[in-house]
Amino acid sequence: MSVLEVKELHKKYGDRTAVEHVTFSVGKGEIVGLLGPNGAGKTTTISMILGILEPTTGTIHIAGHPLATEREAALKTTNFAAVYAQLPGNLTIHQNLNVFGRIYEVPELAERMEAVMHEMDIKKFEHTKAGVLSSGEQTRVTLAKAMLNRPELLLLDEPTASLDPSSAQLMRTKIREFAAGGGGVLWTSHNMQEVTEMCDRVLFISHGKILLEGDPKTLPQDHGKKDLEELFITVAREPLSLEI
Amino acid sequence: MSLTRISAILLRQFYLTKDNPTRAVQIFLWPLLDIILWGFISKYVGEIGGEAFTLTLLGAIILWDFLVRVMYGVTVTFFEDVWSRNFINIFASPLAVSEYVIGMVLWSIFTSLIGFGAMLLAAWAFFGFSAAVYTLSMLPFMLILFFTGVALGIIGVSMVLRFGPSAEWFIWPMPAVLTPFAGVFYPLTILPEWMQVISAGLAPSYVFEGLRAIIAGNGIVASSLVNGTLLGIFYIAIAYIVFLRVYRRAIRTGLIARYSAETVE
Repeated sequence: MSVLEVKELHKKYGDRTAVEHVTFSVGKGEIVGLLGPNGAGKTTTISMILGILEPTTGTIHIAGHPLATEREAALKTTNFAAVYAQLPGNLTIHQNLNVFGRIYEVPELAERMEAVMHEMDIKKFEHTKAGVLSSGEQTRVTLAKAMLNRPELLLLDEPTASLDPSSAQLMRTKIREFAAGGGGVLWTSHNMQEVTEMCDRVLFISHGKILLEGDPKTLPQDHGKKDLEELFITVAREPLSLEI
Repeated sequence: MSLTRISAILLRQFYLTKDNPTRAVQIFLWPLLDIILWGFISKYVGEIGGEAFTLTLLGAIILWDFLVRVMYGVTVTFFEDVWSRNFINIFASPLAVSEYVIGMVLWSIFTSLIGFGAMLLAAWAFFGFSAAVYTLSMLPFMLILFFTGVALGIIGVSMVLRFGPSAEWFIWPMPAVLTPFAGVFYPLTILPEWMQVISAGLAPSYVFEGLRAIIAGNGIVASSLVNGTLLGIFYIAIAYIVFLRVYRRAIRTGLIARYSAETVE
């Protein structure tokens, strides 16, 4: 069963097509990488799944709930972390988690806040304003908020981009644990080594279309490339050479 | 509709206000300064024109300030999300737009009542303003000002959402633009006819005409009350429709996902 089902998703801005008839799914316990060069349509796709951008056509189901008609139920089972969506810097970590815990109507919120602060190793910053933390610490706070409602679907837009190797390792462990517990993850990243290590499946998107799909460990060889990075560069520079 | 989610909006504002003296102080500092300045002006004018002048001017400034605080209460709650770039976190959550708007309005009720209380207290302490009798008779009119303040706040929020954060500078002077037409400090009959036509469409003008009638001993004028209330409710309905249209457009065009300091499209 899929936690995310995207069918024929299409987004046009006037004459410009940003995402073109994209169809994919994310299964329970699966980590799916959404890869592509800048401007390929990754963030547009994620924005539509998050309900902050209306598709021109197509459907999105999260945990069985159609986003278009059951927005509240769909987004209650989702959460996200993105480098461009930090939590308000003028609230402490405790305050931020308390506010967002209420927004997601998290049951037994106080206990859950304690748990995610320990999991993300941010308990020591509990009463510190988010704005004074380092970018790596802020990312951990954002991930704590993303885990707060025990989502079935986690959307991660470059979640480890600003982390040092040690923190990034911690995050990868937590995300793996999340997936092992049955959660689905849609992950965008430009770190191909990390994607190879983390993702069960990758989708290469270019000019708004899904160009390639497969296991990150075998996909490069299937297309005569040494590794995922070389495949990524080909997708970015010569997508036509790969079109099936 | 979830009370828990609405309480999250209030809780956020409470945290911001509790932790930051500049936010807490501005809730009652400006109303206090206004009442002290206008109190002395009223007192001076009262020495020339009689006690009724003092009462009229003081009452007018207190009520007008109430409307302004209600409006600012709504807009500032929204601006906090603009300033902290919190849009995606808020709008990509299960929070419904109606819950967000209700949260803004409830917070504005809280802050405007504190400001209103501070003004009444100062007016009584410095100028012997009789709050009890006066306020009770003005309660229905305050409701009209509340409706108008909420509607102005929601319209202001819609403008900023539509035109970007730099449109904030159009929002602050909105009450000042309305003041001459609302007849806050003078009867509407003083205005030229074309201005009176505009005044007839403004709910606050019925409030201040009503205020002057009460002070003149004519009691509450029912027609002013009814007209003002209907207009106030109409404003709120229109403002909410405008906000929904602007929000839906922002969702359609991707504005919320790309909202930044100078975003227009």
